Amino acid sequence: MQTFLGIDYATLWFLVLGGVFTGYAILDGFDLGAGVWHLFFRKEKSRRIALNAVGPVWDGNEVWLVIGGGALFAGFPVVYATVLSAMYIPFILFLIFLIFRAISIEFRSKEPMKWWRQGWDISYSVSSIVLALLLGVVLGNILQGMNIGADKEFQGSWLEFINPYAIMVGVCTLALFMMHGAIYLIMKTEGRQFVKMTVYIKQAIAFFVVSFSITTVYTLIYIPHLSDRFKEQPIFFLIALIAFLAIANIPRLIKKGKYRLSFIFSSLTIASLLSIVAFELYPAIVLSTQNPDYSLTVYNASASEKSLGILLTIAAIGVPLVLSYTAFVFWTFRGKVKIDETSY
Amino acid sequence: MDVEILSRIQFALTVSFHYIYPPLSIGLGLIMVLMEGLYLWTKNLEYHRLAKFWTKIFALTFGIGVATGIIMEFEFGTNWATYSKYVGDIFGSALAAEGIFAFALESGFLGILLFGWNRVKPVVHFIATLGVWLGSMFSAVWIVVANSWQQTPAGYHIVGEGMEARAEITDFWAMVFNPSSVDRLSHVWIGAFLAGAFLVLSVHAYYLLKGRHIEVSKKAFKIALSVALVASLAQLFTGHHSADGVAENQPAKLAAMEGHFDSLSVADMYIMGWVDKESQEVTGIKVPKGLTFLLHQDFETPVKGLNAFPVDERPTAINAIFQFYHIMVAIGMMLIALSLYGAFLWWRGKLFDKRWLLMVFAFSVILPQIANQVGWFAAEMGRQPWVVYGLLRTSDALSKAVTADQVLFSLILFTVVYAFLFTLFIYLLNKKIKHGPEEGELIDQRPRQKEIANAFPTLNP
Repeated sequence: MQTFLGIDYATLWFLVLGGVFTGYAILDGFDLGAGVWHLFFRKEKSRRIALNAVGPVWDGNEVWLVIGGGALFAGFPVVYATVLSAMYIPFILFLIFLIFRAISIEFRSKEPMKWWRQGWDISYSVSSIVLALLLGVVLGNILQGMNIGADKEFQGSWLEFINPYAIMVGVCTLALFMMHGAIYLIMKTEGRQFVKMTVYIKQAIAFFVVSFSITTVYTLIYIPHLSDRFKEQPIFFLIALIAFLAIANIPRLIKKGKYRLSFIFSSLTIASLLSIVAFELYPAIVLSTQNPDYSLTVYNASASEKSLGILLTIAAIGVPLVLSYTAFVFWTFRGKVKIDETSY
Repeated sequence: MDVEILSRIQFALTVSFHYIYPPLSIGLGLIMVLMEGLYLWTKNLEYHRLAKFWTKIFALTFGIGVATGIIMEFEFGTNWATYSKYVGDIFGSALAAEGIFAFALESGFLGILLFGWNRVKPVVHFIATLGVWLGSMFSAVWIVVANSWQQTPAGYHIVGEGMEARAEITDFWAMVFNPSSVDRLSHVWIGAFLAGAFLVLSVHAYYLLKGRHIEVSKKAFKIALSVALVASLAQLFTGHHSADGVAENQPAKLAAMEGHFDSLSVADMYIMGWVDKESQEVTGIKVPKGLTFLLHQDFETPVKGLNAFPVDERPTAINAIFQFYHIMVAIGMMLIALSLYGAFLWWRGKLFDKRWLLMVFAFSVILPQIANQVGWFAAEMGRQPWVVYGLLRTSDALSKAVTADQVLFSLILFTVVYAFLFTLFIYLLNKKIKHGPEEGELIDQRPRQKEIANAFPTLNP
């Protein structure tokens, strides 16, 4: 197989894909997190500020999901087809709630009536919670492995996606996004709302640490194929250490009032946790619980080498562009939220 | 009902509903670029007011377009897993390119377009508007390329056999410039310009009829009429080219569009008609030998008919395809007539004198929408029974892991949610139109923000 910098194309695309999904988790993670906190604000003005904190950027953040979906389809069509059809119901629900999240943000402030705004507030918050949970459930199923047969097709029942481990990872994802979103809101709010968030963040961190610890213990005991990889390659401990330090650093930085830095560290937490996921699975993407030989790997589920080469070229041109205008937009809307006549 | 028909209905529902919005975004985007450009050029605040007003309506259409568009991207995997595996090597790179080149550009600048009026300089804002519009144009490029590849595959070879077979890319540019992509892309773009232009014409005709926002409405009407005139005439050419392409590459589809069965005879062209599949006859108003003339520029050459194809390799819903195609053409002609007549009156300085014409314009918004929908219906139904023309059958393209119950559940869910969404869209659109552009002087808030920042330096880190 052709290589670039000593890495073959399939692995390289696996890294790109990991990068895009990490970008999505970091960026939409704080949108979803902010959405979860939305109903914790009681006053109309606070809710509008919270909404407008994500207002100009959520749509751009969601693009990372669109790119991720395209990148998965293009690079690993078999994984895309098998995983999406195997978890049909959760993915359809995910898409439906994605619609509700979008229209809640857009429509909420278009009418002054109280029932209208209250309705969209609830829809926004519930959508954010469900989306975070579903993302975790999908990730949990992938971590755990799926019932994949020799024909690379899912052979289990449609209800298999609901299982204790998937729910645990779902809750863990929710907690992670709540922590991440809380820090984002701290950066974007002022006055009493700001003070309120500095209290909530402590609870969010506690929630995350507890749910993450439980999930980790469960993984070590019940999902041996994941912990085995740890024993084989000690480098994992290094990434785990980074993740641990990043998490530990967050409360310390918040106490010092260094919110921007703590946001970087919560982003780093997300990135290092997803790196662990990627390294634990590689070269498999979806493990088969029937027979390890049936697993979908970066080699047996990928597009042709020619196609991967084209994709890498597209990414090499496109990713710097995307990053540059993402940065430009965030820079334009930096600082605390100001409500004006164009706001949501 | 089985998985196939349910999945087809669901895809048709989700994609047609989605397709109400992107053409509006592309068309309105162009008109907003013109409005803001005219503002920068003339410094006339009325253009600024117009641009701001249309941005709000754009935000509405764009938002629903994005929300319903993501569905399509994932539906290939959920409902059409076999298809996804078959075409992933090719289709995937077009979709990935769309996401990374087009959609990111669009959504990235959208924040500045919507919320940046008081935050960036007018020129920067104009660039953002341009970025959003170009993004939506590029989006259409990649989506139409992917769809055109399904109609006229090129730049690939088939690997594997039977259920394991799949298409692999051999030449990226041959895939991008497959025989139908340029014709179809231009046809889609212009269809979108017409959708946007006629929405603007309709709304401002309504204001003129009501005697509101008269000065700005006259300006906006003229901008949109110019776009409509150029676009509706250009659509004749792109339409003709597309039909030529269909005749060459997908003769079964063309035969279905015209209800032509017999390969040995010279083909007529129908203005309107009804196809009886059993007797293989069309009754209606026709131009004798018209189709032969359009395709071959003579009156002798026979046109390949449906009977030339095996029964299982030709579309079944002949009359529906015939009707959809003819409705699209008829609407195209109506739009040309309307735009030409409007332009003629403008030239004579009487554009806004005829109330009945303004009334017609006010209702004309529905026409390009219908034409866009039925045009796609003809194109996609005419491709059947293939999902990838000549290579993969629709019935072989489904997800094996998905059952009919699951699809029925999601279909009901989509139907309910989309009905709700459409009601909201019409309600909010109506409200925004009733509200209209802001009257009076515009206040530039940028200097004020600077004052505030100076007064409270601690608030702006």
